[in-house]
Amino acid sequence: MTADNENSGASRRAFLKGAVAAGGAVAGAGMARAAEPDPLITEVQYWATGFGDAVDETPYGMPIRFESDVIRRNVEWLTADTISSINFTPIHALDGTITPQGCAFERHHSGAIELKKEDYRLMINGLVDKPLVFTYEDLERFPRENHVYFCECAANTGMEWAGAQLNGAQFTHGMIHNMEYSGVSLRTLLTEAGLETTGDLSDKWVYVEGADASSNGRSIPMEKALDDVLVAFKANGEALRKEHGYPVRLVVPGWEGNMWVKWLRRVEVTDQAIESREETSKYTDTMEDGTSRKWTWVMDAKSVVTSPSPQAPIKHGPGPLVITGLAWSGHGAITRVDVSTDGGKNWQQARLAAEGQSKALSRFYLEIDWDGSEMLLQSRAHDETGYVQPSKDALRDVRGENSIYHNNCIQTWWVKENGEAENVEVS
Amino acid sequence: AADAKRIGLGREALPEEIAAWDLDVAPDGTGLPVGSGSVLDGEEVFIAQCAVCHGDFAEGVGNWPKLAGGDGTLADEDPLKTVGSYWPYLSTAWDYVHRSMPYGAAQTLSTDETYAIVAYILYSNFIVEDDFVLSNENFLEVEMPNANGFIVDDRPETEYPRFSEAACMEDCKDSVEITMRAAVLDVTPEDEGEAEA
Repeated sequence: MTADNENSGASRRAFLKGAVAAGGAVAGAGMARAAEPDPLITEVQYWATGFGDAVDETPYGMPIRFESDVIRRNVEWLTADTISSINFTPIHALDGTITPQGCAFERHHSGAIELKKEDYRLMINGLVDKPLVFTYEDLERFPRENHVYFCECAANTGMEWAGAQLNGAQFTHGMIHNMEYSGVSLRTLLTEAGLETTGDLSDKWVYVEGADASSNGRSIPMEKALDDVLVAFKANGEALRKEHGYPVRLVVPGWEGNMWVKWLRRVEVTDQAIESREETSKYTDTMEDGTSRKWTWVMDAKSVVTSPSPQAPIKHGPGPLVITGLAWSGHGAITRVDVSTDGGKNWQQARLAAEGQSKALSRFYLEIDWDGSEMLLQSRAHDETGYVQPSKDALRDVRGENSIYHNNCIQTWWVKENGEAENVEVS
Repeated sequence: AADAKRIGLGREALPEEIAAWDLDVAPDGTGLPVGSGSVLDGEEVFIAQCAVCHGDFAEGVGNWPKLAGGDGTLADEDPLKTVGSYWPYLSTAWDYVHRSMPYGAAQTLSTDETYAIVAYILYSNFIVEDDFVLSNENFLEVEMPNANGFIVDDRPETEYPRFSEAACMEDCKDSVEITMRAAVLDVTPEDEGEAEA
């Protein structure tokens, strides 16, 4: 049976290759009549006569092996080692909006730690009525909320500031995932510790840190902490993955991924920002004149065409083509996405697969009839505040090329006549 | 009123527990423990604990972070951002070293060792003399060169109005030329999955 399987894989590859070759010939002709009967139809295949796997084969399943290229990838030269490093979500191969946790990107500063629920403690201290310690079990007894949000690394697309560098949507835009979180609002936990004696809340902060060696401490203004910040323990229906903060992480809707502290161990109410390493040395954005922005928390509206793209070339030849991608904004819901096939000379409105949700990924589609000529594909997101995703030149006009973070520019893919696509910049 | 909303979960944190975990140091020195360390002591600890990655003079080894140098480069094409050239507050250096360094063996430095290492990093950046002793008492007297180099996020003023104008839909530019190609740089990892697909 294994041998059959392999053979069938080989013939399928040959079939796909043949289809690419034949694509040109059938363009415009609609469905061509097959020259000879397809043996995949006329011959009984092994899966149509024998058994498949039993239900006790896979207590917790992985994707079928033919999808083995839909995986996180690392770019070695980006960081000094792979412990304080980043990998990338294969957004070029995904559809819809929910990111499968198993291939959702990771960013650690001292590795993905293993912290079991029994060993987990969350402390709330500082300017509160009563400092508290919670166990994991305590957290599950608070009233719960469910929300879908994107988590985008502040450095997503950061390698592209000075030009077109990495050749694939996974690498240029894959420091992002989008999950349905279940957890307790931070407001609920702060209320439990009590803010009665804290005084004026408008000038207060919370400092949040993780249980890992890097700690990843960040300061969050109290207004945000009491608004929509979530202390989450489930994502996409199941426990957080180890690498995403098991058993508890912070979810900070719309704000840069660094603030989504994993393995959350402490929340301290303070009367000033701590100005930790992750909000001074890092996650500050240097402008052309050498001054730097700090506290650039919100991720602005952004989008990218995920297919076609360098890792997802057009293999079917001219004719009907689905252009698809993702759009998101830290300021609220996506209201519209425009797509250009000529490098921004002309635009047409794409179709949102669903009404935009606040601070979550939106999927867009534009179905076209591709005539086989070159395209310069771009997408442009609009959010509910009226903000329109800018070009890279427009951003560089304001910031220069050294701000590292917060690159939400319009991306261009050069789709060639053979269907391959390349990351380019255009005038 | 807020009390009424309390559910009654968790238990009071003990002072020892708070002291063990609440180690952060704020720019005004809040959180700094009593202690001190000299540049000379710092050099010894730094060579033993830090130099393998950060270099004998905090200048960095290979791709590991450079902690010294880069003074006056922030507006250059390739700025070198170090504790001396970039970091606004000394509190951050103390706090970060104490809690998260050495990389792979964090939280092994004593209070005095941390003062000494921070003094040595200051010396490596030509901010203090070689006889300097850093303590909780003189901590705030150290002037960080880039203390005034930061502004609070000003995108609401400098970007959002500009990027909220009606978008052009037709005949938006006369011509479009490709000005840069990623394939020319060729630094993207090869697609290992391809062979199996």
